[in-house]
Parts: sequence; structure tokens; C-alpha cells
Amino acid sequence: MTLARRSSGFLKPLSTACSSSFLHRRPYSTDDTTTITVETSVPFTGHNCEPPSRSVDTNPKELMTFFTDMALMRRMEIAADSLYKSKLIRGFCHLYDGQEAVSIGMEAAITKKDCIITAYRDHCLFLGRGGTLLESFAELMGRTAGCSNGKGGSMHFYKKEACFYGGHGIVGAQVPLGCGLAFAQKYRKEGHVTFTMYGDGAANQGQLFEALNMAALWDLPAILVCENNHYGMGTAEWRAAKSPAYYKRGDYVPGLKVDGMDAFAVKQACKFAKEHVLKNGPIILEMDTYRYHGHSMSDPGSTYRTRDEISGVRQERDPIERIRKLILAHDLATEKELKDIEKQARKEVDEAIVKAKESPMPDEPELFTNVYRKGFGVESFGADRKELRTTLP
Amino acid sequence: MGEEVGEYQGAYKITKGLLDKYGPERVVDTPITEAGFAGIGVGSAYHGLRPVIEFMTFNFSMQAIDHIINSAAKSNYMSAGQINVPIVFRGPNGPAAGVGAQHSQCYAAWYGSVPGLKVLVPYSSEDARGLLKAAIRDPDPVVFLENELLYGESFPVSAEALDSSFCLPIGKAKIEREGKDITITAFSKMVGYALKAAEILEKEGISAEVINLRSIRPLDRATINASVRKTNRLLTVEEGFPQHGVGAEICASVVEDSFGYLDAPVERIAGADVPTPYAANLERMAFPQIEDIVRAAKRACHRSVPMAATAS
Repeated sequence: MTLARRSSGFLKPLSTACSSSFLHRRPYSTDDTTTITVETSVPFTGHNCEPPSRSVDTNPKELMTFFTDMALMRRMEIAADSLYKSKLIRGFCHLYDGQEAVSIGMEAAITKKDCIITAYRDHCLFLGRGGTLLESFAELMGRTAGCSNGKGGSMHFYKKEACFYGGHGIVGAQVPLGCGLAFAQKYRKEGHVTFTMYGDGAANQGQLFEALNMAALWDLPAILVCENNHYGMGTAEWRAAKSPAYYKRGDYVPGLKVDGMDAFAVKQACKFAKEHVLKNGPIILEMDTYRYHGHSMSDPGSTYRTRDEISGVRQERDPIERIRKLILAHDLATEKELKDIEKQARKEVDEAIVKAKESPMPDEPELFTNVYRKGFGVESFGADRKELRTTLP
Repeated sequence: MGEEVGEYQGAYKITKGLLDKYGPERVVDTPITEAGFAGIGVGSAYHGLRPVIEFMTFNFSMQAIDHIINSAAKSNYMSAGQINVPIVFRGPNGPAAGVGAQHSQCYAAWYGSVPGLKVLVPYSSEDARGLLKAAIRDPDPVVFLENELLYGESFPVSAEALDSSFCLPIGKAKIEREGKDITITAFSKMVGYALKAAEILEKEGISAEVINLRSIRPLDRATINASVRKTNRLLTVEEGFPQHGVGAEICASVVEDSFGYLDAPVERIAGADVPTPYAANLERMAFPQIEDIVRAAKRACHRSVPMAATAS
């Protein structure tokens, strides 16, 4: 799976005066036939199920794609941080840097006919589903080229044709909605599954247990993915949950604890989960992950965590570094080539931001569009109803 | 989908026979978990199904109101038209008889204020059939407010209404009784009360025009204003709490659009501004009665009616 991108051919040789070993290495971008087996960082822990093996098959193409795509996601989020600080992004902005492996690993295990729904930390998941950088930055800045025409904002990215259902601001609401997506998939006998994602904060929501009960009762193909970054806003998991073993909280519903910073562990777990739910009903995947930023751009993220902890995770567990080491260990690219890929990601992000800034804000009549799918020509009003009144199409 | 809709044949027997006819895949009994099943309903509507979610009464919809408003009503707008939500939330609304404060609230004003929702309020059998079919066929979320006491009432039904494709238009009120002296707006059970009040008023020389709103959102301001421009007087009737009620919106609308036509201040009859008491005499005082509608109509027509003593 590759992310949609506008430039191409960045893997062409940089000059003709290359070492022969570089030319020898060129086919890596399309080599998906050589199997490389990697071990996940830690074995999986199962609850009421037999965990899958920690040996995961991959290939050079997938390894390079993981690196490239995660580098792009990382760059996008860091650029969003700058845009927010220069006040081009307003309101809420919840960044995903650190958690990229969850999106990347999941996409490697599934298709675009499987559904994903998440909460507000949705920019990278949108990219993973095939969304473009332009749509993302334009939406963040409230411009018409945005994926929701600028009317949604950071928390409301959608891509229906790729079965990405948002993008939700109310903590926990996406879990029953995701079980509803699974209900529809089962009703329509699709043979596809839904990944409904939530955080350690949302894991205590009552509606989650209501929905999980029904999903289990009706054998819905719902995979509940808890992205446990250990902090619900400013509250550490041990202060919010009597039992922070989220993969066990489903009780009769099986669960798996996964290293969410290891894209291959995520891939293996999602593959396992997809096969499981199509036969046996719901499963919970707890992804042990970490966000480098605070909860949102209004949160420095260091009043409830130590800087040592944050830098420690970056040193030991960064998802992109893990892939870099694997690529170098398997001699698929040089350090310089990988740095070039990161430079290219930066370039693409910068270009997308330029383009996004050129996109205009929505025209004023857009205030009144899409209130209904079918409006019957009913009236709607602006703040001064004598001044601004319209009929909805 | 809802509590007791399948094997129990419906708490109020509205879904009787449907499980046998359509099977358990299409008629789904749920646990008592409104937030959960309302969310599941909305999610299934996102992915192409047309769910009908029953709340045993709309008092329980408060457990699920986040899904009705934030997950359903706003989705088409927030997604710039990508995600529409063709769902119907239906069930009995407003007071029944002697069920107490937690089981007697009317939610028309609350849901009626939300852009992105459509809110329908059937009165007669034709209303129920035509509006429900229109609601299910509609591509947007519809809140369908029924009434428990009306379930047991019979109404004459035209041949046209018996046709299996009979639909009523959403957003159009019906003039149940034409008149020339005063416009009375009502919905649901109060339409019946307004019609009875109109008969009493007729005997006293007041010709009342009774409008059955049928639709709280969109509100048929055109029909209401046209009627008030004809009669020059307005009385709004509802069972819900008076502050910020449906009548308040109708009054404001008429004052804005037809001020010059009003010959008297707008009168509002609504539920009392108290949680619903249980004792039968107090409950009777808590909701509009026919004599309240008659009295208010006479006031608007400047017949001398002494004002009641206020509680002091």
C-alpha cells in the first residue's frame, strides 16, 4: 500500500555516476517477492485466545513503503504543529506523531473495503486510507480544497469511498458507531470487517460496553482497537482505570495486547483479528503506543509526563527508527537514501501546504449547504434573520 | 431495532407481527442500552442501511441524545455531504396517564431546534402512515414523535391512504378545520383537543381554524402565517414545557412575518412549568385541557374572561 502522492519517481537514481552496489539495490521499490521474516519486538499477550506467532513475513517493498509512509505522516503532523502556532489552524488539533505504526500496520493487513472509524486524532488514519496531504492541510486551515470542504476541521476528516468514517469529536461515540458499521457489513453479507478505534481515555465509556455486548451477542465483525498512549488528556491510565489492562476489559470478548510502536506487530495482530471476527464475533486489540505531542496543541504534554519519559520512548521505541534499523540491517537502502526519502517527504509536505494556502475559504452560501441531503426548499436563517434567509436545496 | 420490538411484539404493539413477517435479521431485539443501540443504528446508516430505531418512550432517548444530535444530525454537514444518515428514531413522546415526572416529557422543542434533523408529529392514522413512510424514505435523520394515548384512537382513513405507497410531504402542515376568527396551532394529541375546543367555540360564535402542524422541523411557517393573516389571532397549543417551547417559536415567527396582521397578543397554551405530578388532579392541572384552549381563544378574541388568581 502506498499513500497517494502527487510527485513520482523519487526513487530514480540521483546521478549516473553511482556505485554499482546502488544500481544493484535499485529493484527494492518493486521487490515484493523476496520474503523477509521479522520478529515482533515482544510476543503478543492473549486474553481468552491463542495469540498469533511473533514471526511476521514481509518483503523489501513493504519495508520501504512502511518507512516512506510513516515519514510522510510524521512530517505532516510536525508541519501541522507549526501551522497551528502561526494561527493558520484554529480550534482543536490533536497530533498523532509517535503512533504512526498503528495506522501503517493496520492498512498493511486490510483492504479499503474494510471500515475504519476513529475519534479526533485522525489525520494520519485519513492519509492511510488514501487521503491526500492537500485535502488534509486544506481542511485543517478551513479551505474548500479540504476533505470536508473546510466545514469539518481537524476532528472531522472523512473518506467514504475508502470506508473511512471519520473523525469524531465526542469521546467514545465512535465505538457504537463502529459496531454499527460492522452490523451493516454483516447484514449485507460483505465479508469485510470494521476497525473501531478509541483511546485509553475512551476505554472507560459506558457506551463502549453497551456496544461490545451487542457486538458479541450478534457476532458482529467488529475489531475494537484501543490505542493506549497511556494518557487520557492529562490523566494517566492508572488514575482513570481500575484495570488498565484494556485488552482484558471485554471479559468474555477475547483480546490481544500488541506493541503499537512495532508496525509488524500491528500488521500481524490486525490480520489475526480480521480472520477471527469473521468467524467468531468481536475482539479487542490493545495497541501499546505513545504520542510525542500533548493531547492537543493546547496541551504542552509535559505537566503530567516527564521530558525524560518522552525522550526515552523516542530513543527506544520510535516506530520509524525501528523500520530504519530493519532496512539497514537487511541492506535494502543506505542511510543517505533513507535521509533522502525523509527530505522528499518534507518537500511534499511543504508543497502541499503551499497549495493548501492557495485554496480559498468556502464561499458564503456554503454556510447553508449540506444541512440536509434533501432540504425540500425549507427556510434557513443567518444570525439576523431579516438580513440573511435562504431556502435549503 | 429496539427494546421488545421483536418477540414481545412491541411494548405498545406497534411492531406486532413484524418479526414473523421479516425475520430476526431485520427486526432486532436489543438489550436495555439506548446509547449503544442508537449508536449502532447511526453507524449502520453511515454504511448504507436504513434503520428504524425505537425508543420505548422518548424519555429514554436522553440516554442516546448525543448520537441523535452529534452522530446523526450533524454528519452530513461536517462531512460536506459525504455521509448522510437515513435513520428514523421513533417512539411515544409526551405524557401518557399517571406515569410520573420521568416518563412524561415532550421533546418536540428540543429536537425541533437542531439543524440537520427533521422532526415529525403525526396526529391521525393517515398522518402516522404517510409521515412514517416519508420518514423512512427520507435520506436524512428523522425524529418521529408518536403518542401513547393516540395509539388506541381510531380515525377515518381515505382510500388513498390505504395504498401501500402513500406518503405525506415532510414540512407541510394540514388545516384540519377551516375558520376565520382565530388560528389555533397544535400537534399530536392536542390536535384532537383543539378540534373539540373549536366545536365549543363555534357555539359561542367564534370560528376557529385548527392547524395540525404534522412537522415541527421543518416548521410550515407559510401555512401558519397565511392563516394568521386571514384570522388576525393566534393561539398555540402544546403539551411540552412552556419555556422555549414550540409555541414560542411559532409566536416569534408570526410576530416577525405578520406583525401588522395581529389584532391581539399571541396566546400560548402549554404544559405547566413543573415536573409532572402523579396525583390525578394535579396531573390534570399539569397539561392543557379543552377548557384551557377555549378560555385562551376567547381572550384572544377579546371576550371578557376574568383572569385567574395567581399563586402568591
